[in-house]
Amino acid sequence: MSEIFSPISVPMAKPAQAASEGAITRGVLIGIAVTFLALFLVLPLFAVFTQALSKGIAAFLDAFREPDAWSAIRLTLTVAAIAVPFNVVLGLAASWAIAKFEFPGKALLITLIDLPFSVSPVVSGLIYVLLFGSQGLFGTWLIDHGIQILFALPGIVLATVFVTFPFVARELIPLMQEQGTAEEEAALTLGASGLHVFRTVTLPNIRWGLLYSVLLCNARAMGEFGAVSVVSGHIRGLTNTIPLHVEILYNEYNFVAAFAVASLLAVLALITLVLKSVLEWRFAGELAHGRAH
Amino acid sequence: MKNVVGRGHAVRAIGLSLLAGAGLWAGVVQASAETALLNVSYDPTRELYREINAVFAEDWKAKTGEAITVRASHGGSGAQARTVIDGVDADVVTLGIPSDIDAIAKLTHKIPDDWRSKLPNTATPYTSTVVFLVRKGNPKGVKDWADLVKPDVKVITPNPKTSAGGRWNFLAAWGYAYNQDKDAAKADAFVGQVYKNVPVLDTGARGSTVTFAQRGLGDVLPTWENEAYLVLQEFGADKFDIVSPPTSIYAEPPVALVAANAERKGTTKAAQAYLDFLYTDRAQAIFAKHHYRPIKREAAAPADLAQLPEIKLFKIEDLQGSWDEIQKRNFDAGGLFDRLSRAGR
Amino acid sequence: MVETPRPRWTFRRPSVIPGFGISFGYTLTCLGLIVLLPLAGLVVKASGLGLSGIWNVATDPRVASALRISFGVSAVAALVASTFGFLVAWVLTRYRFPGRKLVDAAVDLPFALPTAVAGIALASLYAPDGLLGAPLARLGIQAAYTPVGIFIAMVFIGLPFAVRTVQPLIAEIDKEIEEASATLGATRIITLTKVVLPPLIPAVLTGFALAFARGVGEYGSIIFIAGNLPYVSEIAPLLIVIKLSEFDYGGAAAIATIMLGISFLTLLAINLIQAWSRRRFGYV
Repeated sequence: MSEIFSPISVPMAKPAQAASEGAITRGVLIGIAVTFLALFLVLPLFAVFTQALSKGIAAFLDAFREPDAWSAIRLTLTVAAIAVPFNVVLGLAASWAIAKFEFPGKALLITLIDLPFSVSPVVSGLIYVLLFGSQGLFGTWLIDHGIQILFALPGIVLATVFVTFPFVARELIPLMQEQGTAEEEAALTLGASGLHVFRTVTLPNIRWGLLYSVLLCNARAMGEFGAVSVVSGHIRGLTNTIPLHVEILYNEYNFVAAFAVASLLAVLALITLVLKSVLEWRFAGELAHGRAH
Repeated sequence: MKNVVGRGHAVRAIGLSLLAGAGLWAGVVQASAETALLNVSYDPTRELYREINAVFAEDWKAKTGEAITVRASHGGSGAQARTVIDGVDADVVTLGIPSDIDAIAKLTHKIPDDWRSKLPNTATPYTSTVVFLVRKGNPKGVKDWADLVKPDVKVITPNPKTSAGGRWNFLAAWGYAYNQDKDAAKADAFVGQVYKNVPVLDTGARGSTVTFAQRGLGDVLPTWENEAYLVLQEFGADKFDIVSPPTSIYAEPPVALVAANAERKGTTKAAQAYLDFLYTDRAQAIFAKHHYRPIKREAAAPADLAQLPEIKLFKIEDLQGSWDEIQKRNFDAGGLFDRLSRAGR
Repeated sequence: MVETPRPRWTFRRPSVIPGFGISFGYTLTCLGLIVLLPLAGLVVKASGLGLSGIWNVATDPRVASALRISFGVSAVAALVASTFGFLVAWVLTRYRFPGRKLVDAAVDLPFALPTAVAGIALASLYAPDGLLGAPLARLGIQAAYTPVGIFIAMVFIGLPFAVRTVQPLIAEIDKEIEEASATLGATRIITLTKVVLPPLIPAVLTGFALAFARGVGEYGSIIFIAGNLPYVSEIAPLLIVIKLSEFDYGGAAAIATIMLGISFLTLLAINLIQAWSRRRFGYV
């Protein structure tokens, strides 16, 4: 187009400009957007670190001398180490069934998998209290058999799995649907076993999408507060996850320590964001994208 | 076909990360061999039981040669009772108000109904009362309960539904008004006036303290005496003053063995010893140090006792009857607090 | 379609790909045990009160006002989040400026930052003596411990939904249509309002609904900044927690069921918007 120097190109210039905003409008809009984001999103993150370091680096490090802080970190890692692999397996199974096969009620199934996204975290915790609490449906049975679910690791894991339930499936379903079944069918026709096809054909096609969803799933699993707070029992050194430990420290006037431990989670959030952005920039074509999480 | 090598890598990477996750999990799981007790307590006792638990473990080790860990969980007293009702494996409960332990006994039968007779002084190893924390120099001139209803005074107090401290505050205000002219209806109205001046109701005493001390809201924080002193200690005595009203309530934070839990875990002996330990001179001195009122005053350091001023204390049971009645009249659904907060808006 | 004889009806269409049984079965089992059964338990518990019982809980003044605050403030916050979210999405897709990618990445911060951390950070910023709270207080606005605080937390958590639902659609707008409109003599404002915006409306509405749904259920970031005063700044999820500490399981289940019901309606609305959009514009 540009090499055509015809008289028409002169009047064209005007509408081309009217197809976008003027430089000043642009500048103002960019200014508003960036200021808004800085005030609403970035400043809180910044506040975590400034508050954590407000009494110096020694006070900051003191927060991590507490054995309770370490047991909270350990518990959070444990919970994530169970919940995330569980969600990976579930996400693979769900997306395999939904993307590779045709069956009635598929839309309903996808909606049901999505359901935990629209349930309040507090409600996600409450449902397990109602089931497994000693006044709950299975409460008496559990007590008789000496099984502790609520206020112990199983309850915390369950609540975490519930809130992160859709993360992996949600990313993989559209991705696998997009990729269709042709490659798998070809490989199967050539005599490869089902598992082999899954490992060598399907998995490589979805690897970045899987990693992407694991990243977000993990961030939520480690950071969940509402649901876990309802089922945890807040026992120091035993059932406190990192976010709950932050709350406890905050309630003990130990603000520096609260923000110091919180900064651990903030760093996790930053790492998640960086990795996520890298995946988005480099492998945009291999992610299912565009959907809100 | 795409890059096969890359595919192999991806599969291996995912497999490896799963393995790493499993390894991490295995590494994290740890068996605990020593005896562990769980003390489910209320909000302001965090610092107190941290010290008591350490000293008890030392004492237990010296006496029996066994190592013991006492863990504690803290929160609004009502909320804490709920977690025990729902199955938290508490060996002992040390809550803020008798009705919360009654609720556990009634709903779970894990605590015998006559728990108050199982330990000395109606199962109360220390008592406390409600005092006022005000901003330095007491700019609003709060001296007594009557000052809480002044229109320009903002009162910070926790939700009586979930917090024992909130309930003591509520009952203390009621008792003060009732003692003026022995008129229950007038006392109800007075409490209503007080709660009209409350801008924030947190779920626990600690939440209210944070609201008042750190967030700078309100003019007066009626609170546990020990909590008021703790604020001076944590935030600096140059920011706040403690005002002790001429009369206040005799607050009894009771303790009990959660018999069924301890029996199942085989910790009855240790748990009972822990509760008995609270009545020893050593523990009593620690109570006084943390600004609770010990029941054995002679065990406490005179300097600590000197900090606890003479206040004329009344027992709410003398005014309203049994704890069952107190709970029902004031705090159960449809009780005085519900009616007041409904009328207040 | 080619007429193929169908011998008998099967649940799924035949395929050479294996593993349907196990993957489908596993998915249904997990879904049933972890999601559906516990949610059913909640509804069973609430239905123990009967419809009139749930109605009584819902119309209890304190519950009603908590629901009103949760849904009301969330609606306003979602509106603000959608407005600014649209602006942010527009700026990020249409303009090139230094640091654009960084800004783009920052939008997802609320997804990645745990809500409790966001809560204490916002509370410290907007407290009367905080970095933003102090200047606001001078303007006579008290942000923390009032509904304004709830609003701020809800905008924070809702913003990424608003941005990320419209962003891909703005990127897909055919520039030539805008140019055509301009060539035909339309001013920029007219082009924007008559040509560019209408196809984006469904996405904006979806973003609004998602931000709204998230705001209604949010707990962690709000309780630190809200002040939690009944009838003024007490949100419905907190009231569930309070009901639990009061041993009122039925009441807690009833409020949860009401919230669940309204969330379902929101989800339904999103689906209807998308169906309508598919019919009207040919895409979601």
